[in-house]
Amino acid sequence: MTVIAAVRDWIDERLDLEELATPLREKTVPVHRRSYWYFLGGITLFLFGIQVCTGILLLLYYRPGANEAFESVQYIMTRVQFGWLVRSIHSWAANLMIFTAIAHMFSVLFLRSYRKPRELTWVSGMLLLFLAMGFGFSGYLLPWNTLAFFATKVGTDIAGQVPLIGHPLMVFLRGGEEVTGATLTRFFGFHVAVLPGITTVLLMVHLLLIQRLGISVPPGVEAAWKADPRQSREMFFFPNFLLRELMAWYIALGVLGALAALLPWGLGTKADPFSAAPAGIRPEWYFMFMFQTLKMIPPKIWRLDGELVGILMFGLAGAVWTLIPFLERGKGRTQRWILGAGVFAVAYMASMTVYGYLAK
Amino acid sequence: MGANSTTLAAPEPRTTRRRVLEFFLGGGVLASILSFVYPVVRYLVPPVVADLGGDEVVAAKVGELKPNSSKIFRFGSRPGLLLLTSQGEYRAMSATCTHLSCTVQYRNDVHQVWCACHNGMYDLNGRNVSGPPPRPLEGFQVHLRGDEIVVSRKREA
Repeated sequence: MTVIAAVRDWIDERLDLEELATPLREKTVPVHRRSYWYFLGGITLFLFGIQVCTGILLLLYYRPGANEAFESVQYIMTRVQFGWLVRSIHSWAANLMIFTAIAHMFSVLFLRSYRKPRELTWVSGMLLLFLAMGFGFSGYLLPWNTLAFFATKVGTDIAGQVPLIGHPLMVFLRGGEEVTGATLTRFFGFHVAVLPGITTVLLMVHLLLIQRLGISVPPGVEAAWKADPRQSREMFFFPNFLLRELMAWYIALGVLGALAALLPWGLGTKADPFSAAPAGIRPEWYFMFMFQTLKMIPPKIWRLDGELVGILMFGLAGAVWTLIPFLERGKGRTQRWILGAGVFAVAYMASMTVYGYLAK
Repeated sequence: MGANSTTLAAPEPRTTRRRVLEFFLGGGVLASILSFVYPVVRYLVPPVVADLGGDEVVAAKVGELKPNSSKIFRFGSRPGLLLLTSQGEYRAMSATCTHLSCTVQYRNDVHQVWCACHNGMYDLNGRNVSGPPPRPLEGFQVHLRGDEIVVSRKREA
């Protein structure tokens, strides 16, 4: 202990770490009956950390390329000690992370934490959610199996439908006109370099904004506290909240370990660009509601291709969703509209996802 | 410049000189940024690979397919679908679904061409008959050359 204390004193004398740590020591978290929603962002961050660690481990054996990718993942799963566990954790944590990120987004929406002055926190969070989906989409192709091949074909074709920039965008994503080994190489680059770089910067911005602005109190609770300040409660972030958050992380880790061990992630069959799409093909669950919508949309809506209408609607919805804090004008009607849109979005996404799994 | 501007003549040359310098400095920086960005953008666009498949390909041998069955063959860089109907007639078409580019397959139970991705159906002429596909599949010509089944692009009349 004395050695550690000596080292700490030595560093502190030169860098004044105490001063740096002060804002963290003074940071507080409001305590009320909806406080548990505050854990979701932290759990998402924890799962992201797991993704970084397991991703680095997978990088040690993974080889991108149409002739090697599938075999290298097979090698990881069957020959490398605990390779199956590392890959399963990476796949499961990815799915859980998307789930907690979506839940975090909706909790922020329903608790109205996006309102002034936290508009930019919301926008950065939405961009991080889109990046997480980009991670999911690019990572899905890397094992180069049949499902991934067709999911990528459909996904990049959707990008190709965007008016004006669609075709160049599709060629850029695919590294050519078709989904080939060149696509795999590109997606690998996106997945392990481009997206992590952008995400790290944006994550720092998101966390700095939270640190700078403090944690939002729901409007109802805020009003009650204003009326009777004796009711207001808060706890220190460090160590009180952090210890509770660590408990949540521990539970998340437990769930993750159990899922990865009991339901290890499959590998499927190797992609063959000259075979038919297999029956029962479907995307990851978080793209399911869009997949099911595209499946049900009629071929022509007015004079436009149905799928184009669907894709434009989803694009527009995503853009509007990102700008929600700027759409709210004072109290009253717009607030109720946003709340209604939130309830509709949850209901639509949930029902279409379930329908997608039940429908043939 | 008229006679009115003579009173302001003193500060003007300095301003102009500053402007000129700023223009060249800014222009130079912009030009160097462009000279970095341009190669990067061109680098990101993949080179065009020639489609070596041409317009004609041997899709199968006679006798390879049983009636009411099909196979996927390589037509250039894209998949094609060759099928032998129950009546013993060969049909060939593009196997790329016109909806979102999945690869279609022949369903011998319903005698239709089916895309598993979004449940699109085509008839044996490649016409879209149900589900989301907006257009028919591109049809190919089939002819026999010895024991080879040759598929070629339809020529415009």
